[in-house]
Amino acid sequence: MSAKFAVRDLDVFYGRKQALRKVSLEIPEHQITALIGPSGCGKSSFLRCLNRMNDTIPNSRITGQAFLDERDIYGTDMDVVELRRRVGMVFQRPNPFPQSIYDNVAFGPRVLGARQFGRLDEVVETSLRGASLWDEVKDVLHHNALSLSLGQQQRLCIARVIAVRPEVILMDEPASALDPIATLKIEDLMHALVEDYTIIIVTHNMQQAARVSEQTAFFMVDDDQVGVLVEYGPTREIFTHPRDARTEGYVTGRFG
Amino acid sequence: MMTSPVDRREPIKLGAFLIEWFVRLAGLSTIGFVILIFFFLLREGIPALFEVPLSNLFGTAWYPTFGYYGTIPLILGSLLVTLTAVVIALPLGIASAVFVREVAPNWVREVLKPLIEVLAGIPSVVLGFFGMTILVPAIRTLLNIPTGLTAFSGALVLAYMALPTIISVAEDALDAVPKSYRDAGLAMGATRWQTIWRVVVPAARSGIVTAVMLGLGRAIGETMAVMMITGNAARMPLGLDALFKPVRTMTATVAAEMGEVAQGSVHYHVLFGIGIILFLVTFVINLFAAKSIFKKRYRGGLR
Repeated sequence: MSAKFAVRDLDVFYGRKQALRKVSLEIPEHQITALIGPSGCGKSSFLRCLNRMNDTIPNSRITGQAFLDERDIYGTDMDVVELRRRVGMVFQRPNPFPQSIYDNVAFGPRVLGARQFGRLDEVVETSLRGASLWDEVKDVLHHNALSLSLGQQQRLCIARVIAVRPEVILMDEPASALDPIATLKIEDLMHALVEDYTIIIVTHNMQQAARVSEQTAFFMVDDDQVGVLVEYGPTREIFTHPRDARTEGYVTGRFG
Repeated sequence: MMTSPVDRREPIKLGAFLIEWFVRLAGLSTIGFVILIFFFLLREGIPALFEVPLSNLFGTAWYPTFGYYGTIPLILGSLLVTLTAVVIALPLGIASAVFVREVAPNWVREVLKPLIEVLAGIPSVVLGFFGMTILVPAIRTLLNIPTGLTAFSGALVLAYMALPTIISVAEDALDAVPKSYRDAGLAMGATRWQTIWRVVVPAARSGIVTAVMLGLGRAIGETMAVMMITGNAARMPLGLDALFKPVRTMTATVAAEMGEVAQGSVHYHVLFGIGIILFLVTFVINLFAAKSIFKKRYRGGLR
């Protein structure tokens, strides 16, 4: 089991407020890792460190180290554009661009230089198939993406991400805005995608974490209201034999 | 003494009634005025259609003293100056809006926004003054042409006048683009510029179209500055160099000649006819602007 990400002593600050303290963990390749914990525990902040989306928030600052395939994500030789191509992201609310379905999927290849990804039509089809959306939209490729249902929009966002052939897909509560059926489709999709990608999902839905993930990391705020990593391990153990009392309290539904 | 509920409610009801009707009248009067103005224009302008043959009215010669009332050179003059102004103002306006909204640090934005509002408030005669004394001589010497009083000079000043409208409306449109679009663009590995040009600006397109329409509406109705610096020669603006020769616009014609015309004369009626054309043009432009505003709201409601 090789580590895709290795994070050591990561601290995240927004202005003076510390969001995460001393997080260290290794995330395995080609598995689904779930980040769980109550609201405000810093799990999304952690996720956004992995593709440096925190950089877009003014006054955000990190210390510690994070490596992708043993390359320092925050190193001077790391090209953020390249990092974000390799580490794609799916957001909490589906955010397709108000353009056609086709243009949404073609966005990444066009912006990053279409040639390296092959023929655009093929990229769009393969990506939409990869996101289990092709059959539903193949006749309406040039319709506005906002005309799709929320669940379809979210799968379109996944198609948009895989169009640039990332290695990792970060998912920030990807199903929290969706109904149960659409949620199920996203989860099925994750199981299919994990063949080719490393997936890290933030969720506050514990059943979801239990259903989809191989590894689970439990975050919580400590007494100073700073997020910490409480426990990390195989999902089965986190949910059946948690070592930490706080983890047990959370997964058995005593708080959260 | 106890008052019955009816007694207490009566004055409130009357007050509410009066206020309601005052507001209603104020609103309706706006519509009424527009309609009255239009009918006034029609009453004074329509006779021109019967007094002057259409071939003359839509001819190419405007010499009212000799009975030639060809409005085509004036219409083309207005179009030339206005469209050139928009072509100049559009890229500048959008670029400025992008700068103010997306690029400038906060304090620069705080300084720029009120300044842009001030720009919108400069009286057009002042701009005309500036155009006459600075711009016109500069264009004459720079381009080495006989006179700097040209369509191009007018277009430059009009562009400047349309800019504040375009910038502030386009800026609002950019501001309304959800952050999630920007995040999506950046997270895809697009650079900040790619995100602005390929995601944010297209998403704000309908608002930007509105901005341009409103700027266009302001430009085509503008009179004073245009009259002062376009040279006012009612010639057909044809040929490639038309932009760098004097022209006359519809507005300038009405403003310049209305004071000297005999009331009720043919010339008088034709000038009102020009007013009708102007009215219709601005009406159509505003209609388009309103339509794109409406579309934007509708889409916003869907999200």
